[in-house]
Amino acid sequence: MEYLQAFLVGGALCVLAQVLIDKTKMSPGRILVIYVVAGVALGAVGLYGPLVEFAGGGATVPLTGFGYLISKGVKDAIDAEGAVGILKGGVSAAAGGITAALFFGAMASLVFKSKPKR
Amino acid sequence: MTGLPIRLEKSVYIASSASAAGKNEKEGPLGDSFDLTSDDDRFGQDTWEKSESEMQRIALDAALGKAGFDPSSLDAVFAGDLLNQCVASNYGLLSFGIPFFGLYGACSTAAEGLILASLLCGAGAKRCAAVTSSHFCSAERQFRFPLEYGGQRTPTAQWTVTAAGAFVLTDDREDVRCDASVKAIPRIAAVMPGIVTDRGIDDLSNMGAAMAPAAADTLTRYFSAGADPGEFDLIVTGDLGREGSAILCDLIASTGRDIRRNHVDCGLLIYDCDGTDRHAGGSGCGCSAAVMASNILSNVRAGVLKRVLFVGTGALMSPLTVNQKGTIPGIAHLCDITGEVTK
Amino acid sequence: MNTDGKTYKKYAAARAKKSPLLKNCAMAFVSGGAICAAGHGLRRLFTYAGLSDDNAGMLTSSALILIAVLLTGFGVFDSIAKHTGAGTLVPITGFANAVASSAIDSRTEGLVPGVGAKIFTVAGPVLVWGISAGAAYGIAYYLVCAAAKGGVS
Repeated sequence: MEYLQAFLVGGALCVLAQVLIDKTKMSPGRILVIYVVAGVALGAVGLYGPLVEFAGGGATVPLTGFGYLISKGVKDAIDAEGAVGILKGGVSAAAGGITAALFFGAMASLVFKSKPKR
Repeated sequence: MTGLPIRLEKSVYIASSASAAGKNEKEGPLGDSFDLTSDDDRFGQDTWEKSESEMQRIALDAALGKAGFDPSSLDAVFAGDLLNQCVASNYGLLSFGIPFFGLYGACSTAAEGLILASLLCGAGAKRCAAVTSSHFCSAERQFRFPLEYGGQRTPTAQWTVTAAGAFVLTDDREDVRCDASVKAIPRIAAVMPGIVTDRGIDDLSNMGAAMAPAAADTLTRYFSAGADPGEFDLIVTGDLGREGSAILCDLIASTGRDIRRNHVDCGLLIYDCDGTDRHAGGSGCGCSAAVMASNILSNVRAGVLKRVLFVGTGALMSPLTVNQKGTIPGIAHLCDITGEVTK
Repeated sequence: MNTDGKTYKKYAAARAKKSPLLKNCAMAFVSGGAICAAGHGLRRLFTYAGLSDDNAGMLTSSALILIAVLLTGFGVFDSIAKHTGAGTLVPITGFANAVASSAIDSRTEGLVPGVGAKIFTVAGPVLVWGISAGAAYGIAYYLVCAAAKGGVS
């Protein structure tokens, strides 16, 4: 059941982006930015937390989940340490994902060569 | 008055033409007509930019070989590509040591180069060349996304052709090498430079629509100056693709003329577009250059095509101005090519 | 016909063949849903192995990123993504593909001006605006908390 919930919520978030791409001709890069910022905003107003409770990976795997992670990190850090949390919390919470993407990406550039499309 | 055809007072002949192309193009309907193809699109080079340069070198080298001309006998070469600072041309033609003019006319560059080379030949130069190229891999990363980026293309999107075409021109008919198979020598009878036309298209994935009004403008001006569409065996546009071709025919029809019968587009000739990622057809200045240099001019030489109107179309798109919410202007240059029957 | 820009633009947009929205959405739904469900499974696996919830989430993202980077490197990701569209873009896999493809593609320009700088072409905006939005929320949250405690001191 929980896997079905993850599937449905994650799938729905993707469909929404697909409609935006096809209907508004927005570039994929813009969609990603909108999703991250939306995740921060929804996390800030307390809506994304319950969605994560409900859908698990369906809410954390999409890029909105990345935004939620940032907002949650900021909030937790401020609760624990006060104002310094504004600067520390977001990136600290997202550190693993950011490092993984940059490190794996950089290593890939040493190993792989770009290929023509067919 | 501006925008009239320029009729060449002195005859200028296309002594030879040659092309180089990549794998997707080799597998297309015209695959056999290109002089040299590369199965990995690299042409033995380690960067895409060098690969594109190498295509230009190969194309000009092959064209000079066919004409039997030594590079040192050329007065000038006009060359262009899609890359910033025209690097593919600068580096690609370096080794020939021919006086060089670099051009940027987006995808219209093949026609632009042909026009300028023919005018210079008509103005006293003896032999000139025009070379153009585009490479999917170098263009994609400059204009759109990295090659491995996972994106979706819309049905109106066009596919940058990996190809180069070279034309060698001479002002002397006796200079043209003719074997028995050559029934006619292509002669450039008249040219007409295009006017930049902007009808407000801002969709990066619909270049055909951005270029079609420019092509319609150039053709309409040419027809108004006394040519009838029916006089031509073919009216060849550069890379309007499926979308732009249909729009062009509509626009011309609205002036009371019909080009549906004899219009073809290099972007549609070079690929089997149906069911592939080519979508609306090929684009890029290598597209019209390679198709003209191979298939079309071969048919003129074989006497199959007696008169061809070549309209090189270009979308003068810059990623920078598109980000600034700018529109995409188009341009279309025209060459009127006649096959002059050999004795 | 279509003499001014506005009319022409409308005409061109109206006649242009549209993307197959229904098919694209179905593909995005199935592929995106599947990636999320797989991510959910990974997360369960990591928690089962005794990791904290936060670390399990972090490792899940990292694992999906690694898979996407490898698929990008082998030139498979773009062949999948042209069918799945937003289904592979929206999950963290899309972010990873953007990072890796930029890095691989710019390798010929060197490690610093090439890979180092271009790796952020698509990923940079996501980080800049995601982190900035977080900081802006942090300021607002801090002020609200301070006000609730009886004024900013």
